[in-house]
Amino acid sequence: MLTSIVNLLYLIGAVAFVWGLRLMSTPDSARRGNTLASIGMGLAIVATLIAPMPNAANNYAWILGGMVLGGAGGFMAAKRVQMTAMPQMVSIFNGLGGACAVVLAMTELVHYYDGTSVMDQGQLFIVLTTLLIGAIAFTGSMLAFAKLQGLVWDSQVTLPYHTVVNWILLAATIGLTAYLFIGGSRLGLGMALGLMVLALIYGFSFVAPIGGADMPVVISLLNSFTGLSAAAAGLIYNNNIMLVGGILVGAAGTILTVLMCQAMNRSLFNVLIGGFGGGAAAAKGADGDQVAKTVTINDAAIQLYYSQSVMFVPGYGLAVAQAQKVTKELEDLLEANGVDVKYAIHPVAGRMPGHMNVLLAEADVPYPKLLDLEDANSQLPNTDIVVIVGANDVVNPAALDDPGSPIYGMPVLNVWDAKHVIVLKRSMSPGYAGIQNPLFFHDKTRMLFGDAKDSISKLVSEVKTL
Amino acid sequence: MENILQFFDQHLILIYLLIFTVILGFEVISKVPTVLHTPLMSGANAISGVVIIGAIILIRNAQPGDYLTLTLGALGVALGMTNVMGGFAVTDRMLDMFKKKKK
Repeated sequence: MLTSIVNLLYLIGAVAFVWGLRLMSTPDSARRGNTLASIGMGLAIVATLIAPMPNAANNYAWILGGMVLGGAGGFMAAKRVQMTAMPQMVSIFNGLGGACAVVLAMTELVHYYDGTSVMDQGQLFIVLTTLLIGAIAFTGSMLAFAKLQGLVWDSQVTLPYHTVVNWILLAATIGLTAYLFIGGSRLGLGMALGLMVLALIYGFSFVAPIGGADMPVVISLLNSFTGLSAAAAGLIYNNNIMLVGGILVGAAGTILTVLMCQAMNRSLFNVLIGGFGGGAAAAKGADGDQVAKTVTINDAAIQLYYSQSVMFVPGYGLAVAQAQKVTKELEDLLEANGVDVKYAIHPVAGRMPGHMNVLLAEADVPYPKLLDLEDANSQLPNTDIVVIVGANDVVNPAALDDPGSPIYGMPVLNVWDAKHVIVLKRSMSPGYAGIQNPLFFHDKTRMLFGDAKDSISKLVSEVKTL
Repeated sequence: MENILQFFDQHLILIYLLIFTVILGFEVISKVPTVLHTPLMSGANAISGVVIIGAIILIRNAQPGDYLTLTLGALGVALGMTNVMGGFAVTDRMLDMFKKKKK
């Protein structure tokens, strides 16, 4: 009887995961979807707590302790985090899921090598796989967090010939896994610990050379790894809901990874070996004698106020400057004067998939105003003024006309099709990829130097006086 | 070869489940629009915390004196629970912002 109830709870939980993710496909139902998935998780946890286990000591105090500690920590972090710091937060949570899988696999291996449990070849393979994927997801996510938080720069963690180092590490990791698999229980725990350390180093090392605009790809990929490690752990315990949940996450991460790569027109392989950089020096455009024209706050405010249509192009700079709310304020003022305001969102703007959408949602921008790449490009020729807020590579014309540029071939927002372009930027320094942006020297372009939030606030007060 | 065939025959239902879930996952998730990619990711992320179930099973089956397993298991539960609780809570916070957008 109890067994049937437990099985039924697991079944309902698994269906809740699937249905919850399904509801995530429209903004109106997405919140219900998330709630449904969390209920599914709750049921699965309850089922695991009450499941009949012959001769089990249960040790509920230990379970409760862990749950209270982790639950409170996770909840507090989730409530306090700033929306602009969302990519970091997602990375940390993701890494902890991977770490949990590592702990499980290592515990199984401890028992395997000290003779208290027996595994056949299939089970050993699954445990080793869980360890491997979980460890890579863990350290990879932690480094991604450190990078996004600005604690670490790409150059500090990248060795000369880093690609070669990565290949050697990967080969060593796979080799050691195979050795442990073939060696069976004759080998000691030391070897398994060695594999864990090696996989942890590899996770760190494979993320090391990837940075900036490639971050959305890496975060999606790590998400998919954590899902797969959970699915593999499900195989260890022969638990279907772990398997289903893990695979769904794996699928979500994989789809996002592919979408992000497509948005940059690069292969995953190219992103992983840190494709940007290298050829950057060969790109033209760094002619030096070109002069960017600037615009005053006053002129920019008048231009915006008396135009028909304005399109904002947000980028990572918007997140850094936390300029989403003042941008919305400016939008409201302009709309009050009959200006049509839209936002153009490039798929890889920001540091994770959909990053800009979340920030603008926080500022109460209605989502129908957010245009994707194609819609934005078709509307740009009819737009009076484009305001670029902290975006760079996604509006670089070199992607279209300079075969020597590292981002050549990447679909970009054709902002130069509009009548005027105003670029809000701290200084003339090039973007993440280290590529000079010919847009800044374009006839239609005017630069407005300064912190994005500061500049927009000044525009707001200027527009108010008009 | 014989081992592989034997594994296949013994775990046939599991293999069905695996393949169908992969297909289902891709079908369901490919319909999610760009606007919702971040909440999708963090929601999915919370679901990957399902690995906590393994940690609970581990602790329940441990001997009361086996402090190594108990400690590792409790660590696993704490890590998994942070992932679950934090992931769902943060996703809810984000989606709350999307919801009040309707005018």
